[in-house]
Amino acid sequence: MDFGRISRRHLLQGSAALALGSTLGVRGAAAAETTVGFIYVGSRDDYGYNQAHAQGAAALKKLPGIKVVEEEKVPETDAVEKTIESMINLDGATLLFPTSFGYYNPHVVKMAGKFPKMHFEHCGGLWSDKDPKNAGSYFGYIDEAQYISGIVAGYSTKSGKLGFVAAKPIPQVLRNINAFTLGARLANPKATTQVIFTGDWSMPVKEAEATNSLIDQGVDVLTCHVDGPKTMVENAARRGAMVCGYHVNQSPLAPKAYLTGAEWNWEALYPKFVKMITAGEAIPNFYRGGLREEIVKVSPYGEMVSAEARKHADDVKAKFMSGEYAIFKGPLVDNKGKTVIASGTDRGQQDPELEKMDYLVEGVIGATA
Amino acid sequence: MADASLGLWTVPLAVFGGAIRVSTPFLFVSLGECITERSGRINLGLEGTLVMGAMSAYGISYLSGSPWLGVLAAGITGALFGALHAGVCSLPRVNDIAVGIALMLLGTGLAFFLGKPLIEPTAARLPAIDFGWWSDVPQVRAALRINVLFLIGVAIAPLLYWAFRTTRWGLLIRTAGESADAARAMGHSVLLIRLRATMVGGFLAGIGGSFLSLFYPGSWNEGLSSGQGITAVALVIFARWDPMLCLWASLAFGGAAALGPALQSVGVTSGYHLFNAAPYILTLAIMIITCSPKRTLTGAPAELSITR
Repeated sequence: MDFGRISRRHLLQGSAALALGSTLGVRGAAAAETTVGFIYVGSRDDYGYNQAHAQGAAALKKLPGIKVVEEEKVPETDAVEKTIESMINLDGATLLFPTSFGYYNPHVVKMAGKFPKMHFEHCGGLWSDKDPKNAGSYFGYIDEAQYISGIVAGYSTKSGKLGFVAAKPIPQVLRNINAFTLGARLANPKATTQVIFTGDWSMPVKEAEATNSLIDQGVDVLTCHVDGPKTMVENAARRGAMVCGYHVNQSPLAPKAYLTGAEWNWEALYPKFVKMITAGEAIPNFYRGGLREEIVKVSPYGEMVSAEARKHADDVKAKFMSGEYAIFKGPLVDNKGKTVIASGTDRGQQDPELEKMDYLVEGVIGATA
Repeated sequence: MADASLGLWTVPLAVFGGAIRVSTPFLFVSLGECITERSGRINLGLEGTLVMGAMSAYGISYLSGSPWLGVLAAGITGALFGALHAGVCSLPRVNDIAVGIALMLLGTGLAFFLGKPLIEPTAARLPAIDFGWWSDVPQVRAALRINVLFLIGVAIAPLLYWAFRTTRWGLLIRTAGESADAARAMGHSVLLIRLRATMVGGFLAGIGGSFLSLFYPGSWNEGLSSGQGITAVALVIFARWDPMLCLWASLAFGGAAALGPALQSVGVTSGYHLFNAAPYILTLAIMIITCSPKRTLTGAPAELSITR
């Protein structure tokens, strides 16, 4: 055995097992309940990405026979492997949710190989045939919810100028910006979305500056794609602008300014996963879905959302629910005038081409580089 | 706000507004560090003090409903951290830089730990004074909504400048910083002077932190400082330990931080990573321009461990 691989946790557990073994016999027979481990990259009450997952974990806690263990602020390094090992060895976790994008490769893949009997469900990764079968990746098409937010924003803006505070120009973010803009242009064909990239996932001062700059430019509805939307929501509301939320419902932060928002619906998905496992069903290794599959949802509309906007948004939502609607369909032109989706082509949600998105559609003011 | 967009004019306006909004923490931390370093010690732990200050201000403001109590609490927390730094450094053969780094980690770690339950609630914020009443351009009005702490900071800078030059206290601090032996010969305890200077420095840095959580960006979260405390410590060096230069340097840093987002908002989108990095490029540029291997830093207190 490679002794370099024995972690301190292992050693502790080993000696603890020896001590226990002598008095209690073998441990584990009493484990009628399933232990589920959640690992977050940030703080679980950040009004953002991590809170969305923590709400999912909270939904699991309510199920009988389920014990949840959580660890916050685990960096996307070897640290996550240590956390996974200790959750499995010390807490007896059999199902793990390492929820941050950067955990997947190589860390989760490696751990899944090392613990072939445990289930790993990773958020946002791209599972491929080469990866262990006990690992899976799931993600939601939250751009559907952003599209609905866009429609509401398009009706609510008076200046026709929308603002988007974004972290980095990666495909998932660009997809949200584009969906938001396309939705807004359904409601108001002249609407534009000004995007500002802050450069990283959590930069509160930059996010506040971006929010102020956008409002100075006449933007009156803002949304964002950063880890913690709290800064944007609070600062925009203070300046009298309206906001669409992201990740979770931020309306408690700005009840008068909150129009709607694109939320994760992990509290619906995670219990579903657990039920599939207890029923002995296999969770597909590559799991994706949108509004219809209840992986994402739209925040309840704020008071100031007009009846017209509600109706249009609800209509489109109904189309998503029936699975017949594509956001990205040809002819689609980017903001440099290049046709990115040819006329007659519909790129449905599952289309892998969309996961490579590197353009901003017509109506977005900004550049990816 | 209708069609009141100002086009390209928003950039200078945003830089101006940003200079006021973003500079305050820099200003307080750098003025505090200026006092500490003038007494002959470097407190690198001010990053931790800043974060601790932000957390305690938010917590106290949330619990008591009074943001000003929060500011006071932040100052006291900062002073306690300063006392800890000075206390440890009073022991023989202790390196103040190493202690500073340890306190930086302690401060941020402790703030994250204690601040856990504070991320979600919304605390009472500090009020702003509306200096833009004369203008009917909403952007100008927004830029001129100035917080009292900024004004206090601006007032402290010339006050310190004057105090260092003409008061007995200023002279004592400078003596301790230039020549500990001279201060001892005069019958003063160098350790006591440095203890007080570090505590005052920590007090100011803590208040700088309260600005972050109670005014702008205006809530407590773990990414709040993103290195501003450390930047402010570096800022003191190129401000040549001069409080007035600290003021100008802080304003320049605030403006530079606003440049990236402002340029993107008017459609200058190429190279935004470069503009976002503007404050750091500024630091490097000034360091390179002002440093020379041929001479020591002008204005550096002779007792500082980096110059000794």
